[in-house]
Amino acid sequence: MTSFELWTTVAVFGPLMAALPALGGRPYLLRVGLAFGSTSTLASSVFLWIGVATQGPGRHALGGWGQPLGIELWVDGFAVAMLTVTAVVGALVSLYSTAYFADLLELELEESPGGRGARHFAPLWLLLWSALNGIYLSADLFNLYVTLEILGLAAAAVVTLAVTRQATVAGMRYLIVSLTGSMLFLLGVALLYIEYGTLSLEALSALEPTGPLPAAALAAMTVGMAAKTALFPLHAWLPPAHSGAPAPGSALLSAVVVKGSFFIVVRLWFGVYGGGSPEALTLLGLLGAGAIFWGSILALRQTSLKRLIAYSTVAQLGYLFVFFPLMITESGEWSADAWTGGVLLALSHALAKSAMFLAAGNMSYAVAKDSLSAISGVAHRLPMSFFAFGIGGLSLAGLPPSAGFLGKWLLLRSSLEGGHWGWAAVIGAGGLLTIAYVLLVLRYALDRKEEKESMRQVPNRMEWAALLLALGAVILGVRAVEMVDLLLLNGAQPW
Amino acid sequence: MTVLDLYALAGLGIFVLGLHAVVVRAHLVWKVLAINLMGTGIFILLLAAPARADEAVADPLPQAMVLTGIVVAVAATALALGMALRVTARTGSPFLSEDPEPDHTRSEDEAQ
Repeated sequence: MTSFELWTTVAVFGPLMAALPALGGRPYLLRVGLAFGSTSTLASSVFLWIGVATQGPGRHALGGWGQPLGIELWVDGFAVAMLTVTAVVGALVSLYSTAYFADLLELELEESPGGRGARHFAPLWLLLWSALNGIYLSADLFNLYVTLEILGLAAAAVVTLAVTRQATVAGMRYLIVSLTGSMLFLLGVALLYIEYGTLSLEALSALEPTGPLPAAALAAMTVGMAAKTALFPLHAWLPPAHSGAPAPGSALLSAVVVKGSFFIVVRLWFGVYGGGSPEALTLLGLLGAGAIFWGSILALRQTSLKRLIAYSTVAQLGYLFVFFPLMITESGEWSADAWTGGVLLALSHALAKSAMFLAAGNMSYAVAKDSLSAISGVAHRLPMSFFAFGIGGLSLAGLPPSAGFLGKWLLLRSSLEGGHWGWAAVIGAGGLLTIAYVLLVLRYALDRKEEKESMRQVPNRMEWAALLLALGAVILGVRAVEMVDLLLLNGAQPW
Repeated sequence: MTVLDLYALAGLGIFVLGLHAVVVRAHLVWKVLAINLMGTGIFILLLAAPARADEAVADPLPQAMVLTGIVVAVAATALALGMALRVTARTGSPFLSEDPEPDHTRSEDEAQ
């Protein structure tokens, strides 16, 4: 018998409590905070998974005050899936960050910008983690807004921890886009409240929102979330922000932070609005297709390693919208393949992309540069990181046995069964483009032309974290049955 | 049309003005103010629109939302202004410059 009260509380407030010691700034306090935050989130995702699998969705009225006036936390299969993958990525990136920032933390000068950035990473990340878990477990629109805003503020601050001019400007632009997106979301919340007088997702779902005002609300919220998720053509802020942040920050921003707003879009469109209109779903799918091509082509043109991976994120986020038009079949039923395939792609992208950013971080750490040509020959010195990057990249491209393969295969199957050849072509072509830019990096790394004499030693912990995340994407592919069962437990409209 | 309808429409109008300004105005302080304006528009809308219903007691929920929204807006504004100062100190201008290229360009690398 799982206690939903206990574990939803631990998931949201564990990382928040853990941020307190981390604020102390001493290296051991940072480690204590990260360890506590990781343990509480991992434990809560395990127990919530068991709870949802055996007892169905659970709820927790905070402080005994239920809706409409109180705040409720609510958990279903989709929320547990996101919570679990975020916990795995978060724990391994936390581990990585303790080694990545180690030499900067040794700097006794409180005012050295690098040292200050290193001290602030852990508390900001823990705050961000708490906000993400809050989004996954929110049961009402206003709670979503508040957690979304915390997420946006913490994420922009993480970008500026890198003390370069590029990162400062990119972080500022990210913050402006993010705040504007939140305001559009809040406008949608206000419009829905005016129409229906409730904020509860469950109650709204039962009311089946239709009509001009709810449609306007959905449009405003979707545009706001699309800006935050960097859906083409609102993606311009993402590459500089994600490539400018310090390596653990890049991994988290690309892997899990954009998934927070993606989660909200999915909840709104399928959970609350029951699919919206087919035309609007097709439009979102087309934007996703645009993102796949535009992001991949720009990725191929990059000369900086992290910039290339960031453009790859733009492309992969496109996939997360291509499954939208496939969700509802001709007969008006939910398509189980599209649903599990789309979410599996989001989960496998989280694992694979964090592995790639961490591996890229290791390569740049070793050569102290971020350009593609500077990493030539790195594969021979850092075989583990090279391997991690390769597995992550091949999972993105959709090669078996990775979770990326399974996700794409399910999407292909649902598009072919529905007779949507166009979407199938987009999914296939995107995979080929992905292989192209992954191989571009691998070619540079394998180049033996110039042997680097003075490569910096990369700590073991950093190499292992990248490799374990990449293997996570494979394990998710091999053991996808449990995840698929979990996602199908309540489906896209869980109420 | 009642006064409350006017209030609600004015709130919507203020939101649109703010959205316009955040896109068009380049100065960072303008952008931060514009985002605040968007928030204020929503707050007015939230207070006025539900109150139009003929009930003896006003609905407390929108007021609670507006109060929370103000707290969030204060925090966001403080962070945004702090970051704007940092941008000005690092780049010498309070505008968002075009995305600066990363350290290396292909031609540079090939020249080496």
